[in-house]
Amino acid sequence: MIRTISSLVFFLILLGSWELASRSGAWSPMVLPPPSQVAEYLWQGLSDGSLGEATLVTMKRLLLGYGLGVLAGVPLGLLTARFRVLQDTLGLLALGIQTLPSVCWVPLALLWFGQSEAAMLFVVVMGTLWSVLIATSDGVRALPPIYLRAARTMGSNGLHSWIYVILPASLPYLVGGMKQGWAFAWRSLMAAEIFVTILTGFGLGQLLQYGRELLAMDQVVGVMTVIVVIGLLADRLLFSPWERFFHKRWGTGSVG
Amino acid sequence: MSLQTELQAADPGRIEAAGVSKAFTTGRGTVLALDNVSLKVAEGEFLCLVGPSGCGKSTLLNLIAGLDFPSSGRILAAGQPVTGPGRDRMVMFQEHALFPWLDVIGNVLFGLKLKPGLTPAERREVAAYYLSLVGLEKFHHANIHELSGGMKQRVALARALAPNPRVLLMDEPFAALDALTREQLYGDIQKIWQARRKTIVFVTHNVREAVCLGDRVVLFSPNPGRIRAEFQIPLPRPRDINSVELARHATEITAELKGIQSAGEVSE
Repeated sequence: MIRTISSLVFFLILLGSWELASRSGAWSPMVLPPPSQVAEYLWQGLSDGSLGEATLVTMKRLLLGYGLGVLAGVPLGLLTARFRVLQDTLGLLALGIQTLPSVCWVPLALLWFGQSEAAMLFVVVMGTLWSVLIATSDGVRALPPIYLRAARTMGSNGLHSWIYVILPASLPYLVGGMKQGWAFAWRSLMAAEIFVTILTGFGLGQLLQYGRELLAMDQVVGVMTVIVVIGLLADRLLFSPWERFFHKRWGTGSVG
Repeated sequence: MSLQTELQAADPGRIEAAGVSKAFTTGRGTVLALDNVSLKVAEGEFLCLVGPSGCGKSTLLNLIAGLDFPSSGRILAAGQPVTGPGRDRMVMFQEHALFPWLDVIGNVLFGLKLKPGLTPAERREVAAYYLSLVGLEKFHHANIHELSGGMKQRVALARALAPNPRVLLMDEPFAALDALTREQLYGDIQKIWQARRKTIVFVTHNVREAVCLGDRVVLFSPNPGRIRAEFQIPLPRPRDINSVELARHATEITAELKGIQSAGEVSE
């Protein structure tokens, strides 16, 4: 309860001082639109459906690309941890590419796929895949060997050990990697949408870019707000329940 | 297989090591952890292996468990060569080695789920039986990190007992516990050993612990690991670790152990 109140008070103060700062006249509303104006844009965007549609387009790209990235990243990470050869090849490649901000893939994606959904998808997959792969592989390799020894004495080996020991033991790493992958995917998609106009669907990034072109800063800030809210919701709905479960089961994380 | 037969104690197993040597190759060369060790453990015997660190006692336990293989010589369980881990020989490790992603009963069920011929309901009943045997009937759904060190080892004991092994292999299971908890567990393990008729091979560096628990204590010396001496402990059970009789036996073994250690210092 106290935590809810403190969050609420903080954001009210933030919005209040922002509104006051905008109204003081020190800055043009073009540069710093007041929150009331942003709210007006949001309301309008929601009622005419443009915001909802853009959100839908973006989320579709994000979920599809992220899903593909996780689906490929987890098994590849497991294989990388299992086979020394893959660790020295694929693992090294992943480590290198992971340092590359995935927006750097946009020029290549455009060249390969044109201004299409496939280009967007490619950028998102590139943002997700490598961090998920590395987190999975790291998680498996950080596994204390005693777990596998104990499992072997109870008759577990091969596939059974992978499914019932290695995978659950590395779950905290895995979810950490998936969370990081999500953040990377989200950032890379926004960058790609801002850079590239795709005619098959206008996403949030494009909406933001149009706001810039029209000098409609209320639209820019409004879309930014939507992006932040989606990010927060994803964290709360997708990842927080897992993390809470891990903290409870493993007894990690005294601050919660 | 019915629940009744499952809950009956399996006949205790027989273990034999015949001329076993084990060499490890490390960066600094080859270490002979065990050098031509021969040892027999009778059905239902409580055997303690004692010695300074590096004497190969844990290595021998791993070989019996089937987690590792001898460089030469043979390990036999019930007359059959050991080719790998088996449910007839369960292991309790120094670090409890419980799985943190499972709750208490989930840990005990892990090995039971790999045992064919039982229904899920029967497995739960078997797990519940062993958890009450170690006094943890109220902790089925506790998380591992919520338990004390002694309780964790009790869960590990229940997990090792649950598949109804013939032999229990214990690798310094109480070394990380405080003295009071240890003394409680000495009582418990003796009771369970008598009730469940297991053959137990128990590795420790604590001589008093070995005398308190073992029918026989085998003393190892290091570099290379060899059997130095054997002591029969004909004391009545249950034994109290603080009794004078027990201390007398322990003193005798400790004197021998000190001889090994001072010899080691001279040779180094």
